[in-house]
Amino acid sequence: MTDIAAGASALPSSGAEVEIDVYEEKALGFWIYLMSDAIIFALLFATYVVVSKNFAGGPNGQTLFDLVRTFGETMLLLFSSITFGFASVAIRLGKQETALAWLAVTFVLGAAFLGLEISEFTGMIAQDAGPQRSGFLSAFFTLVGTHGLHVTMGLIWIVILALQVLVKGLTPPVVSRLFRLGLFWHFLDIVWIGIFSIVYLPGVL
Amino acid sequence: MLGKLTIEALPFYSTIAAGGAAITVLGGLVVLALILWLGVRYVWTEWATSVDHKRIGMLYVMFASVMLLRGFADAIMMRSQQAIALNSGGYLPPGHFDQVFSSHGTIMIFFVAMPFLTGLINIIMPQQIGARDVSFPVMNAVSLWFTVAGGALVLISLVIGKFSTAGWTGYPPYSGIQYSPDVGTDYWIWALLIAGVGSTLTGINFLTTIIKRRAPGMTLMRMPLFTWTSFCTSILMVFAFPALTVAAALLALDRIFGMHFFTNEAGGNMMNYINLLWIWGHPEVYILILPAFGIFSEVTATFARKRLFGYASLVYATMAIALLSFMVWLHHFFTMGSSANVNAFFGITTMIIAVPTGVKIFDWLLTMYHGSLKMAAPMYWTVGFIVTFVIGGMTGVLLAVPPVDYLMHNSTFLIAHFHNMLIPGALFGYFAAYMYWFPKAFGFTLDERWGIRAFWFWLIGFWLAFMPLYFLGLMGMPRRMEHYNVAAWQPYLIVAAFGAVLIAAGIGCLIMQLVVSIKNRKEAFDLSGDPWSGRTLEWLTSSPPAPYNFAVVPDVQDVDAFHDMKRRGVAYRRPAAYTDIMLPRNTSLGLITGGFAFVLGFSMVWHIWWLAIVAGMVILMAVAVRSFRDHTEFCLTAAEVQAIEDQRFAALAKAPSHFEDLAPAHGQPVPRGAT
Repeated sequence: MTDIAAGASALPSSGAEVEIDVYEEKALGFWIYLMSDAIIFALLFATYVVVSKNFAGGPNGQTLFDLVRTFGETMLLLFSSITFGFASVAIRLGKQETALAWLAVTFVLGAAFLGLEISEFTGMIAQDAGPQRSGFLSAFFTLVGTHGLHVTMGLIWIVILALQVLVKGLTPPVVSRLFRLGLFWHFLDIVWIGIFSIVYLPGVL
Repeated sequence: MLGKLTIEALPFYSTIAAGGAAITVLGGLVVLALILWLGVRYVWTEWATSVDHKRIGMLYVMFASVMLLRGFADAIMMRSQQAIALNSGGYLPPGHFDQVFSSHGTIMIFFVAMPFLTGLINIIMPQQIGARDVSFPVMNAVSLWFTVAGGALVLISLVIGKFSTAGWTGYPPYSGIQYSPDVGTDYWIWALLIAGVGSTLTGINFLTTIIKRRAPGMTLMRMPLFTWTSFCTSILMVFAFPALTVAAALLALDRIFGMHFFTNEAGGNMMNYINLLWIWGHPEVYILILPAFGIFSEVTATFARKRLFGYASLVYATMAIALLSFMVWLHHFFTMGSSANVNAFFGITTMIIAVPTGVKIFDWLLTMYHGSLKMAAPMYWTVGFIVTFVIGGMTGVLLAVPPVDYLMHNSTFLIAHFHNMLIPGALFGYFAAYMYWFPKAFGFTLDERWGIRAFWFWLIGFWLAFMPLYFLGLMGMPRRMEHYNVAAWQPYLIVAAFGAVLIAAGIGCLIMQLVVSIKNRKEAFDLSGDPWSGRTLEWLTSSPPAPYNFAVVPDVQDVDAFHDMKRRGVAYRRPAAYTDIMLPRNTSLGLITGGFAFVLGFSMVWHIWWLAIVAGMVILMAVAVRSFRDHTEFCLTAAEVQAIEDQRFAALAKAPSHFEDLAPAHGQPVPRGAT
């Protein structure tokens, strides 16, 4: 191809084409961020496993964990993932009100999860089983707390994007942001499955 | 109200500390004066709020250069202390000496090498792949200012409070609150955490850019080697830096909230910290060295006037090193109680890394072989690197043998080894890049004579400063000694100190080179944009490049795309008409978030909780508000592009042509594809 004009025609000429490219690019960047975040969780899991028997004479999982509450937390988070899925379907169909409603349900479920987690944490601290008590509890609070912090960020993000939907409608930039929020939210679900299977289940067994 | 911060934090306890503080404050005033001299408005619009990858890259390199001076000041203090401290206290008290070696390592790794290579990749990589900017220009600015915020925390520790005495690796339990109750370790932790966020974001940005923004025809196996090494370095940044974040964050939780991750009691596990730190730390070595390998590849091919020998083998070797770098971390602590089999495994993986590295060395040598070598300043650094680096590599293989490591660990032999890797391996590469790509960034070439003088001072200074440390290590001298009582060591330490003086002269030559080059820039303007008869796409742009780099995105048909375009006679063809170009708009988001990240770090160090919360909220708010913005670009119209390109081609017409260089070297028969 010796004709330079042919090189020029390889440029995306219409604006729409460029925009689609940009959203794909942002999605890829966000996937890479999630992988990086996954490493953080992986190392927190590893740290937890290393010190999970270091009770230092303090309480262990059998006395501290309450599987009923954990089951409730799990259900809330899993259902919030489903409701976010419904929101995504509504977004794809361009149904703004439905999307907002499902986002609101997702928010409520996420907030309820967080409420249960906070009550668990305060309960443990009240019975002198706070993060300072032992290596096991330091790792427990940090791992579960980091996940909780992510959920908090996700909740704030849901509010911000719901506001954007209200102000701007389902424009392509807003839809692309909702897509990335979806990735984030489902990612937190997967991490919680890990927490359930590595922290709570072996803890009570 | 002010947490632990009191007037006691000011360094009036010793004249040396007060002197260091005064120099730091003076340095800050010089920067301030420079900004005022250049004009606040100019600095604000053209630099501080710029999201142009080239401007951000230049700021990274400038920041790294300033920090190099600070890091070297620490180095020469240590060398002079050890040269005189036989049976005496020398001039540095132990607590101060410990701060000096801790800040030397921290600064050189995090705030010299990291920003230097990040800056170089920023300036060059997008141009090498035919892109107009990185994927996320605003995030790029955020990364820059987070890195600067981390560096600023290290600098301010000299004025307010103290720096860590726990070494650049900060091993617990010593770095825990029980043994290091002062704020030094906290400064270290927060500088790393904040700069680490910047590095992770940078890795994400570069990775996405290389995957998504390559020009048409730029397949992976046509990417220039520097882009390939940037790619591998970015992968390592994304996957290794979380480990540093976790290690430092957990140490902070131990120190602030009294948790027991790494403490000596209540179920802490110190070895876990050491594992976490080196899971980051060993890939970090390759984060620093791989870009330099890319630079040496570009420089060698350009100045040998040949296509790289074994391009594919260099790519595979780079990938192999990146992969292996995650499998060797335990060799940093062979002596800390792993079983013989575990040690053997990590010893073997470590030795295997020497294989791809050796492949690279031979590829560079064979690129030079039968090439038409032009010994410009970047080539001096490259040849000096090859000769010196091989020795460091061989002592590395030695240390990879666990029984040998039992004898050598924590001795100056180790110090000599890793300086032997990082000074020729990384820093010489960055200097080669600085002299090679300076005209691309600033539009005029650097003075060759001062550059070559700097090289000789650095090379000889390096040999004199570090070869004695190998011998001292074999004689049993441990690292980090403030004073000693073995008379046999002193002559070697005096030679090492003299080497450091020569390196100081090398730094002086680098400064002189810059001054002389700026003074004589009118004779050295690079009108063609291609001063070395380059082979890769960054030489197709003007020097300095237009904001959009390429008015027409190039069509790539070969490795060494630009060389290929010149041969086909299409390099400087102008299109019938230019099109509008969308460019990212300036933003102060990077400066705001970075500035408040500094405030956040500072208030966490001094336990000023309310301020930390405020700073965190401001960062969050700034990002949230920003997220509402849909139109972050502005349009450079076709007419404006035309005007810029007209100027470019007028300059090009006046420039000397390089086309005679396209003939095969010496008229010798060369393998197919070698030109």
